[in-house]
Amino acid sequence: MPSRYLLRRLAQVLPTVAGLLVLNFCIVHLAPGDPVIALGGEHGDAAYYAFLRARFALDRPLPEQLLTYVTNVLRGDLGTSFVHGRSVAGVIAERLPATILLVATALVLSSLAGLGLGTLAARHGRRPADLALNAAALLGYATPSFWLGQMALLTVAVGTGLFPVQGMTDARHPQTGLAHVLDVAHHLALPALVLAVNELALTTRLVRTGLLEALGADYVRTARAKGLPEGRVIRHALRNVMLPVLTVIGSRAGMFLSGAVLVEVVFAWPGLGRLLLSSLLARDYPVLLGMFLLISFAVVLANLITDLAYARLDPRIRYQ
Amino acid sequence: MPGWIPASDINRRIWRSRAGRAGVLLTGGLLAAALVAAHVGPPDPFASVGPPLSAPTLSHPMGTDDLGRDLLSGVAHGTRTSLVLAVIVSMLTGIIGVMVGALAAWEGGTLDDLLMRVTEFVQVVPRFFLAVLVIALFGPGLERLALLLAVTSWPWIARVVRAEALSLKRREFVEAARALGAGGPRILLREVLPNLLPPVLVVVSLNAAGVILIEAGLSFLGLGDPDVVSLGYLANNAQRFLRVAWWMAAFPGAAIAAAVLGLNLLGDGLNDALNPRFES
Repeated sequence: MPSRYLLRRLAQVLPTVAGLLVLNFCIVHLAPGDPVIALGGEHGDAAYYAFLRARFALDRPLPEQLLTYVTNVLRGDLGTSFVHGRSVAGVIAERLPATILLVATALVLSSLAGLGLGTLAARHGRRPADLALNAAALLGYATPSFWLGQMALLTVAVGTGLFPVQGMTDARHPQTGLAHVLDVAHHLALPALVLAVNELALTTRLVRTGLLEALGADYVRTARAKGLPEGRVIRHALRNVMLPVLTVIGSRAGMFLSGAVLVEVVFAWPGLGRLLLSSLLARDYPVLLGMFLLISFAVVLANLITDLAYARLDPRIRYQ
Repeated sequence: MPGWIPASDINRRIWRSRAGRAGVLLTGGLLAAALVAAHVGPPDPFASVGPPLSAPTLSHPMGTDDLGRDLLSGVAHGTRTSLVLAVIVSMLTGIIGVMVGALAAWEGGTLDDLLMRVTEFVQVVPRFFLAVLVIALFGPGLERLALLLAVTSWPWIARVVRAEALSLKRREFVEAARALGAGGPRILLREVLPNLLPPVLVVVSLNAAGVILIEAGLSFLGLGDPDVVSLGYLANNAQRFLRVAWWMAAFPGAAIAAAVLGLNLLGDGLNDALNPRFES
């Protein structure tokens, strides 16, 4: 990939990140009461608040406070969670792997299955199989993930007992090695499936619509006229269909993460969602601020990756 | 790109598309249910009217919750809360989005660049998590949430409006109005805005579905307005009683899904109406 496009795209990230930092800073200062409450939580004592005032330069003019805040964040210092008695960055980092595992599994699942089902629907254009898939996709896209989680718990986990109801591992039988991996996979299956449904439905619809349109295009007729087998023709068309699919999936990173958080709460999955809920209950504001910043940066990163992948798939972007 | 179809034709065309028909019926039905919510079941959804955790019966068709409150009443009032919020946010986002998009397209140049940078920035901000943070720090409230969702949801509309306005700007009837001596604001209001309405409505209805999902998610985390019943709050309450009272989880969530489905179908139907290409 030409480095000029890469550099230009990377340069666009800087003002966005700066804007997000300023937004976070503004929220802290606009919140009712003393900003030190937002930065330290409601449980601190006078000495702790005095320490925070010094560290965030809260008795200095606003521009200086902003500078101190930004420097602290860029150094990875997101403040201290008074509830956990540790750095916010540490508390979040501890929960991050579980969320990444859940989100990545769901995304891979929804993308692959969506591609397959969308292709299937398009090849059965306007016949019962297509109509059924389309209706299912509409329904799947409209269902809130936490409700789907509750219903899955009720029917599959509690009803049949095939899947564990809560958590990431079986606490009564701690495992190691391969058994541990299998235990985690067993716990992961249901929440990942539930989280994948919205995205899967959307991907299926996008692939179906895109492919139906592409299969009528001139280049597909040419490919068929040359005598290419249908599988090759479809693959040929899919490359073009992938572009809008990629854009839509990439632009939904924030939405997807909010779904993950809610699904985690339903299944007691020990990731960021559980941390968000417990921090809300404990009014642990530093952790909430840190999580908002982390998730906004994750969205920026997702957009960047989407654009770079788009440029890889579509040469027209690279040589603009 | 949508063709320019007279607004009077849109209704007929929505009805002709299968998705549109389903969307109109579903959304209309829910709206009607929400409007008569005050007269369905016991009027106060917070009042205890029956035995706690009673399964659906004839007197309580959706059962009761742990405090003996009627769930049908809760779901009806909750649906009303969701739809009222969706309507308010839609109107606010519509106004901001159309103003920003039209201004950017019409003025062009530096202002266009500036407005588009702002649009891109707002689009990046994860609105669900921003709402979580703001409600946690500032306290809950439906008005606050409506305002917050409005100021974070307009970029999509602004981009659609800008793209449409840019192409409308060059069309013959706009040229004709200009040749007749009409000024910029007059052309914008009389010629361009009416033609922008249909594509804006598509985005507005899809966004309204998103707003309902966000509100449901927030109340599910316990961040809803404590003074009104919302579907997410009911679902949150159900979480503790999943094993003993399936109805507490089933009905509120189904209502959310129905509202979101209705609005999505409405958006699809509008889109079909504007895109004769995909007519079946």
